[in-house]
Amino acid sequence: MGRSPYPDAEFLMRDTTSHPPAYTPNYKTSVMRSPRLALISLQQSLSEVTAPVFRPEELGPLDNDLIMNAAKDGLPVGERIVVHGYVLDQLGKPVRNALVEVWQANASGRYRHKKDMYIGALDPNFGGCGRMLTDENGYYAYRTIKPGPYPWRNRVNDWRPAHIHYAISGDGWVQRLITQMYFEGDPLIATCPILGGTPSEEQLRSLIALQDTGAFVQLDSRAYRFDIVLRGQRATLFENAVQQTPADERLAAVADARAAVLKAAKAQTETRGGAR
Amino acid sequence: MKLAHDSHVRRETASQTAGPYVHIGLAPSQAGFDIFENNFGNVLVDEQTLGERIRIEGRVFDGIGSVVKDALIEIWQANAAGRYAHPGDRQPGKEIDPHFRGWGRACTDFESGVYTFETIKPGIVEGRNGRFMAPHINVWVVARGINIGLNTRLYFSDEAEANGKDAVLNVIEWVERRATLVAERQPGEGPAVYRFDIRLQGERETVFFDV
Repeated sequence: MGRSPYPDAEFLMRDTTSHPPAYTPNYKTSVMRSPRLALISLQQSLSEVTAPVFRPEELGPLDNDLIMNAAKDGLPVGERIVVHGYVLDQLGKPVRNALVEVWQANASGRYRHKKDMYIGALDPNFGGCGRMLTDENGYYAYRTIKPGPYPWRNRVNDWRPAHIHYAISGDGWVQRLITQMYFEGDPLIATCPILGGTPSEEQLRSLIALQDTGAFVQLDSRAYRFDIVLRGQRATLFENAVQQTPADERLAAVADARAAVLKAAKAQTETRGGAR
Repeated sequence: MKLAHDSHVRRETASQTAGPYVHIGLAPSQAGFDIFENNFGNVLVDEQTLGERIRIEGRVFDGIGSVVKDALIEIWQANAAGRYAHPGDRQPGKEIDPHFRGWGRACTDFESGVYTFETIKPGIVEGRNGRFMAPHINVWVVARGINIGLNTRLYFSDEAEANGKDAVLNVIEWVERRATLVAERQPGEGPAVYRFDIRLQGERETVFFDV
């Protein structure tokens, strides 16, 4: 019997209590953009357990260096930081070759985006996006300028904490995740309506990068550590075998096995009986 | 509540909205600048890709029928033979097409709200337990105001018979909701164009899946 045409594993059910619900009225835009009807849950097929594969040669050498990848006539202004960590799945397995894409505002809290009209100054030497693939240990690292907080039109005086956006593409379509990373100690974290949708203190804390003094680069950059957990992939224990054998054959095989056991037991009894 | 036997299972990192400036990271040219040598975009084919060329276009609507102009949409699909370009797909008798990755991303236009993909019509992929799945494209939508990416599927209006047997469409007990997943083939000559509008909320709300 060859390998099953199906993958060996499926992903753990998404625990909806780990995520903000769709409708979070304090984050006003969610009111009109959240489905009113329940999601329909599916058993995973090949469509859900596979995902695009990315190759290192598709990325440029400066793609994970936001300090240099848009610098034109000098260095960008702001706090130099390294952000690094591991992408693991829920069972602790490293997610290898995952595409990690990041984007952020500059040190003023201003985005390089045609729709951002905030008065905070643009930095001619800062773009604000980067990307990388995790290595065989699920490790990733990039270098950037620490983003500033910025105001936004939600309530009239709402300010986002400093944050870096993340998009992660793992090994299965169901692992696709977009999130935001915050910085340890930022007092705006407590009042942010977007973070307010996070379902628990534990889940909120998992979005906060910790200052990693051991990884500071002397006289150069500070460092933050941020690990990401994607959906876990667990071997399907029985179903693959079931899929390969028509039901009748399976039943016949079970019946044969049972008959063999009974026959052996009977023979043993008879032998014992004979010896007695 | 966390059960004892689940104690070794970590929690998935919480999702957060992609925000209004998602383009900076995932589609910088739409944000208004050029930075990467190689950009990921909405064209999934080159001249040598096998299969029937199709164009997908549509818009995303919010709960009052207003067009969402800052959404980002990604698709994931099998090749013309019905095979995914991923090592987990080992369906027999179906070749990988080296000219087809099966993945792309598009943004809705800031003015018109229209998104488009240039791709091929996918072949049939075997479903779970050998059950039948009609040709389909997996679709993922993120935007400002969407706290967790929305998963849906696109099916084709000219595959009505196959759609009627599809294992996933048949899981939707409200028969009238199934139509929200069927892209309409537009009349006209030349390569096929399919229209797939996504309604986030309210009347004819698109079916979204927990996968």
